[in-house]
Amino acid sequence: MEEPVIFTENLTKTFGRFTAVNKISFSVYPGEIFGFLGANGAGKTTALRMLSGLLKPSSGIAQVAGVDVMRQPEQVKRRIGYMSQKFSLYEDLTIRENIRFYGGVYGLKRAVVKQKTSELIDKLELGAHVDQLVRSLPLGWRQKLALSVAMLHEPRIVFLDEPTSGVDPLTRRQFWDLIYEAAHQGVTLMVTTHYMEEAEYCKRISMMVDGKIEALDTPGQLKKQFNAESMDEVFRKLARG
Amino acid sequence: MRTVLYLVQKEFLQIFRNKTMLPLMLVMPIFQMLLLSFAANYEVKDLKMRIIDLDLSGASRALCSKFSASPNFKILASGFSAAEGMESIARDEIDILLQIPPHFERDLLREGHAGVALTLNAINATKAGLANGYAGGILRDFNAQYVSENPVLTATPPNGLIEVTYSNWYNPRLDYKTFMVPGILGEIVSLIICFLTALNIVREREMGTIEQLNVTPIRKWQFILGKFIPFWIISLFIMTLGLTIGKLVFDIPLLGSLWLVFGFTAAFMPCVLGLGFLISNFAETQQQAMFTAWFFILIFILMCGLFTPIESMPEWAQKADVLNPIAYFVQFMRMVLLKGANFQDVKGIFYPVLVYGIGVNALAIWTYRKQVA
Repeated sequence: MEEPVIFTENLTKTFGRFTAVNKISFSVYPGEIFGFLGANGAGKTTALRMLSGLLKPSSGIAQVAGVDVMRQPEQVKRRIGYMSQKFSLYEDLTIRENIRFYGGVYGLKRAVVKQKTSELIDKLELGAHVDQLVRSLPLGWRQKLALSVAMLHEPRIVFLDEPTSGVDPLTRRQFWDLIYEAAHQGVTLMVTTHYMEEAEYCKRISMMVDGKIEALDTPGQLKKQFNAESMDEVFRKLARG
Repeated sequence: MRTVLYLVQKEFLQIFRNKTMLPLMLVMPIFQMLLLSFAANYEVKDLKMRIIDLDLSGASRALCSKFSASPNFKILASGFSAAEGMESIARDEIDILLQIPPHFERDLLREGHAGVALTLNAINATKAGLANGYAGGILRDFNAQYVSENPVLTATPPNGLIEVTYSNWYNPRLDYKTFMVPGILGEIVSLIICFLTALNIVREREMGTIEQLNVTPIRKWQFILGKFIPFWIISLFIMTLGLTIGKLVFDIPLLGSLWLVFGFTAAFMPCVLGLGFLISNFAETQQQAMFTAWFFILIFILMCGLFTPIESMPEWAQKADVLNPIAYFVQFMRMVLLKGANFQDVKGIFYPVLVYGIGVNALAIWTYRKQVA
């Protein structure tokens, strides 16, 4: 059995009396696309923020790339990429300036940043817009750019928090192409979403309801287990209890 | 250090790209400085006065003309009804009422003394106090002159022989602008810089970009320093602009060393910058940051000794002013610009400010959270 790159045991987060994440345990293996599904407020984002070192867990164990998130959140940050539903690029900087800034912050050499910039521009076909303010780009483009920027420093693990929220279906499809490409190169991706059709794109899925993981398996197995036609149906059956 | 440079570069790009904020940062302080320096004035001119002269003699007219010649008083109306005079005070139409009784001149010459009645409108106590002072001065002056002009009276000198005259050091022409401009400049720049830094970081929080930074390996001190350097440079620039205008428009004296002034400004600005960072660490929204920054800055401004002397505050307030950076600034600027103090003289202000700035920024770095609980 391969060593998991993400490992949690009874990971819990409470805000006062409210338990946002309730004793979740799971392992994610290298190169996996691991989906976190659930309704709004089910605790997906909270779980992801704990794993990326942004939120201190209340109890339990969480390890990312072999580092204990509780004890060394800053060490985790060197090893991961992160992109949130909130827009994460600077709107008043151009594409080129955003890439240069984040590249610099991650300590990439100037020449490397230059090379990465042209690679990225080619891949995303943004050539004509490289000196445009990010503000002026359509949302779908921005999200694709944000994902690429989050992976500038070539992290082995990438956390994506509802990355396709509010994006049109076509762009969403292109976005998932980027995710597949990364996974193909051995990057482990953890994605939260509330689009049930996106669940089909993941290798394994954990269904969250009220802070707990209610089901965890491949999309095919889940459908079989719940005797459902689609992930949507699985989710509805789960939510109904 | 390279990370800090990238942060500084990004900050300057954003600042210079913001077409509304940049002009505001420069125009606002200049405008406020010009406006406030002309308006904020301790001197009271044109006190509205009414004279009731029931004597209509040479002596009473001489007294009246002394008042009308003074720039401090403006004679509004004269009349003969005391009741009318009192009523105009009650209606807040005049500030001071002078009543000269009948037989004023006769009493002066025969008895060697006579009385007049001064009634002051003390709705504004400060103004009334000043009016009393000015009027007393004019009456004393009149006495001395009248005695010397009427030899009959010299046998019984009404006043002592020693005359007190005043001369004002460091501000010989009693130009209050000289006194106010450096202080006002300090206040305005503090206000702007504290707001700018606090709002800048909270804005990143609102936009969500701060979360992206928090998930990078940027260190806390790098983040704060990356914000610190650009705003520090801007504050020094605004200060230079303000001092230049102060010199050109108000001709404020620059008796001390200009290097000392800039050295102190460079040490002083981190105090307000750090305060802005500290506020931003605890504010979730720009609104919260604005209210908090306003709360502190208002207290600092009102207690900095520019509008009311620190020495006349209660003792606890004087002690609390140890934490007021603007109080140090006002004191320093007056000493160096107006009195020409050197470093030895202002050490006692310079070092505390340096420690304050380092302390408050260290606190800001310490309380900055890359990981929330």
